[in-house]
Amino acid sequence: MYTTKYHKASDAANAASLLGASPEAKILAGGQTLIPTMKQHLAAPSDLIDISGIAELSGVTIEQRKKLGVLKAKGGETITIGATTTHYDVANNADLAAVCPAITGLAANIGDPAVRHRGTLGGSIANNDPAADYPAALLALGATIHTTSRDISADDFFTGMFSTALNEGEVIKSVSFQAPANAGYGKFPVPASRYAMVGVFVAKSIDGDVRVSVTGAGDDGVFRHAGLEAALSSDWSSASAAGVNVGAEGLLSDIHGNAAYRANLIGVMAKRAVDAA
Amino acid sequence: MTEGIGARVLRKEDKRFITGKGRYTDDIIEPNQAYAAFVRSPHAHANVKGIDASAALAMEGVVDVLNGHQLTGDGIGNIICGWGVTSKDGTPMNMGAWSALATEKVRYVGDAVAVVIADSAEIAKLAAESVVVDYETLPVVVGSVEALADGAPQIHENAPGNLIFDWEIGNKEPTDAALASAEHIVEMDIVNNRLAPNPMEPRSAIATFNESEDHYTLYTTSQNPHVARLVLSAFYNVAPEHKLRVIAPDVGGGFGSKIYIYPEEITCLWASMKTNRSVKWTSDRTEAFLTDAHGRDHVTHAKMGFDKNHKIVGLRVNTKANLGAYMSLFSSATPTYLYATLLSGQYNIENVYADVQGVYTNTVPVDAYRGAGRPEASFVMERMMETAARQLGVDPAELRLKNFVKEFPHQTPVIMAYDSGDFAANQKQAMDAADYKGFEKRRTEAAKRGKLRGIGFSNYIEACGIAPSAAVGSLGAGVGLWESAEVRVNPVGTIEILTGSHSHGQGHETTFAQIVAERFGLPTENVAIVHGDTDKVQFGMGTYGSRSGAVGMSAIVKAMDKVEAKVKKIGAHVLEASEDDIIIEDGAVKVKGTDKQMLWHEVGLAAYTAHNIPEGMEPGLKESAFYDPSNFTFPAGCYICEVEVDPETGVTKIIQFTASDDFGTIINPMIVEGQVHGGLAQGIGQAMFEGVVYDPDGQQLSASYMDYCMPRADDVPMYQVMHQSTECPGNPLGMKGCGEAGAIGSPPAVINAITDAIGNNNLNMPATPSAVWAALQEASKQAAE
Repeated sequence: MYTTKYHKASDAANAASLLGASPEAKILAGGQTLIPTMKQHLAAPSDLIDISGIAELSGVTIEQRKKLGVLKAKGGETITIGATTTHYDVANNADLAAVCPAITGLAANIGDPAVRHRGTLGGSIANNDPAADYPAALLALGATIHTTSRDISADDFFTGMFSTALNEGEVIKSVSFQAPANAGYGKFPVPASRYAMVGVFVAKSIDGDVRVSVTGAGDDGVFRHAGLEAALSSDWSSASAAGVNVGAEGLLSDIHGNAAYRANLIGVMAKRAVDAA
Repeated sequence: MTEGIGARVLRKEDKRFITGKGRYTDDIIEPNQAYAAFVRSPHAHANVKGIDASAALAMEGVVDVLNGHQLTGDGIGNIICGWGVTSKDGTPMNMGAWSALATEKVRYVGDAVAVVIADSAEIAKLAAESVVVDYETLPVVVGSVEALADGAPQIHENAPGNLIFDWEIGNKEPTDAALASAEHIVEMDIVNNRLAPNPMEPRSAIATFNESEDHYTLYTTSQNPHVARLVLSAFYNVAPEHKLRVIAPDVGGGFGSKIYIYPEEITCLWASMKTNRSVKWTSDRTEAFLTDAHGRDHVTHAKMGFDKNHKIVGLRVNTKANLGAYMSLFSSATPTYLYATLLSGQYNIENVYADVQGVYTNTVPVDAYRGAGRPEASFVMERMMETAARQLGVDPAELRLKNFVKEFPHQTPVIMAYDSGDFAANQKQAMDAADYKGFEKRRTEAAKRGKLRGIGFSNYIEACGIAPSAAVGSLGAGVGLWESAEVRVNPVGTIEILTGSHSHGQGHETTFAQIVAERFGLPTENVAIVHGDTDKVQFGMGTYGSRSGAVGMSAIVKAMDKVEAKVKKIGAHVLEASEDDIIIEDGAVKVKGTDKQMLWHEVGLAAYTAHNIPEGMEPGLKESAFYDPSNFTFPAGCYICEVEVDPETGVTKIIQFTASDDFGTIINPMIVEGQVHGGLAQGIGQAMFEGVVYDPDGQQLSASYMDYCMPRADDVPMYQVMHQSTECPGNPLGMKGCGEAGAIGSPPAVINAITDAIGNNNLNMPATPSAVWAALQEASKQAAE
């Protein structure tokens, strides 16, 4: 590992100012991507700003839907997850599982136990690995990303492979979204890394809006799939998802699977995601 | 005897391994040690125009930066290949020079051009990054077929067209004639995928030059420390053998990759002399992918003929073997004498002919890897047999049964003389256990769940216990393949077994003690196994080719014979009886039919006090032996794999894997089963998960666990492992060897099962989900046409 300067940030604002102070500084949350990358000499941040101990950045809150009239469908709660909440804590939050089991199930299948106990939601989306799971969930759930300077919609936040709308000196504090009426995640892991070769997150809001996002497959990171959204909007069923002809254009080809295979998997995983929802 | 032959004795070595107390090379700390980091080529093929190490040399903590010109200038010899192979036309193989540090040219990504010696590993690594090498890149070729094509880049000057050898075996004209008149012909193109060995412990070395004694000590991850010393001394000119001690302490797996003496170990020794520091190097995982000798990588065309009764009349095989950028120690033997000599399989075939082209490419050197040539042979044979059965419309088990060798000894047309076996018995045992008869019912049931179920056989045979020294010498081996042992009975009766075999996971400390327990009736805890140190053990050829049982233990038996003879003489003398009446049992020397006895430790004491031993007898109780086998041994078996494929994703799940092996005598069934489990996992890994992938520029696309898929616990089934053994007549214990069988026999069973499930025989390894899905698409496209 190259020499670096370690800082322990006292709060989110302090982290942001430390980050802004050096163009080569990096935020350290769970370190599950950054530290291995540094050990391999593939990253050389001048400063590491550790935000893992900041209480305000961690935890899950669930705000019940205001009782306007009669509660007839499930969903609608406002869920806020702190940026440094670990995958393990998301996966094992029973209250969250009661209102959005799709996201707790997703977290339970990220990496391995060591990764889940250290890795964080904020770290995952800030890195925006094209095969990461959380970007698919946040995009399909229409989440908002709250940073030290603004709120960013998921649609605007994920700007391409390993790329986000975050500015220099901007730190993610939390994400929030409305619990869906129904949601599911279908993941097909790459046999070696067990990252998503294809992950499809399907979500239907309490207003009936359907959003479908795909991770692992796109040649520029996570994306929404219009064909699947249209099909599931008119008929929320696995048969409807299976009936969509998913094209291979814009999809990745690598040693684990070509674009045609990934296109096939998008259809299959969408179907299974609806089944799981 | 609860700890003797056949007992499931728990592994004595596991206490230290599972408590983290193993002592591996990287655990060794020498005073004043420095660290080596290698400057490696990022190009697969380039001329080296210059090396500028000035920035590195200026860094604090850097001891020195050394290059290949200095190394060769100091007389360090080029890396050798230990087995000469002669081409069809009688010419010797065309071998290019391999210097531990490249001088003029680099030939694969990872080829080392310089080494930095520094006070810490981190400084060494940083300094290595700062060394500027001026490369003039050259065209690259990575595949054996492409390397043989006209106009391919020339990798070594003295191997025109990149052809190292064009070798043949068997009876060519009769084979061609038999094929020409055959009733049915089965013809296939078969690829055996390239694998990275991936032992859990990466390679490591720490070398210490003692200037005052002109003496070197090398701790290293070796399967054969004596062979390492011999080669380092005789060929690399590091030091004469008596001035060089090589120690292979605990070694965490080898699979063949730690047989060889690599550039890094040589360089550490030389650099220790240059810098007068102990020099340590430990590979990281990426370096292991880039530099550990790979395995397999064959491209084969095979043609098999049958008569109207479905008897095999002939087999002709052509194989292009990718040997990488340089010839590693046994690289020439692996795709020739360890491969094509098994192309008769378990079958009585009168006519077999094979020719093999060994080819240079811009890739990591390829050498023996668990199975070494035999997995490639069994893959060819058993894919051919299964395919033949499908094309002939007969049951694959029946077709094999019809063609089995049934009488022993059996001379094949490709050198081997099979000494024993009962192939039909193994097949029957496996078929019964796998409920072969009930398969179609299970297939129908699976179809109702939308799953494609398939079943596949593999009736492998292999050759172990390599092998009579005179015989392998006549075939080109540079060494004799005997083994040595010494049995030291201490004055208190405890025993040390010094063996030339080396344990790097095999459990020798347990099984070797068991044969002593069996012979003398002593508890295994009274027996210690000493191995892996050239200063302790006189000589040894090491562990590979499943030879430690059949050859290594046979040497111990021979030494125990001598100990027993002396003990009986002492017993007869002290107990005043005839030597013929002396028996050894339950840890005592007894006079048959009387109650007169000496306890074992009393014999030891008698031998060492020498107060009362037969006149003229030398004091002490220590005997050594060298054992040279009379033949290879021939483990064989029948493996049956049953799979289910998810047609939507191409994911294959192994539902059941049944293995019936003939290993001859088994010392410790628990350890043997463990060997089979590990071998099967490795073979399933080759069949479904593992594969080294190069891009056209010679960069490995699979050089980390993010992309190279090792089989994991949830990828493999609970195996059904069983034995149906015939005794090996060639060695005193009747052993055949079990270390590689699982990896040799399993890949064809898996691929035969998957291709049966999907109805498309055109499927290469690894049969990943995407490959299986593509084969399914191809099948449905063909069905539609």
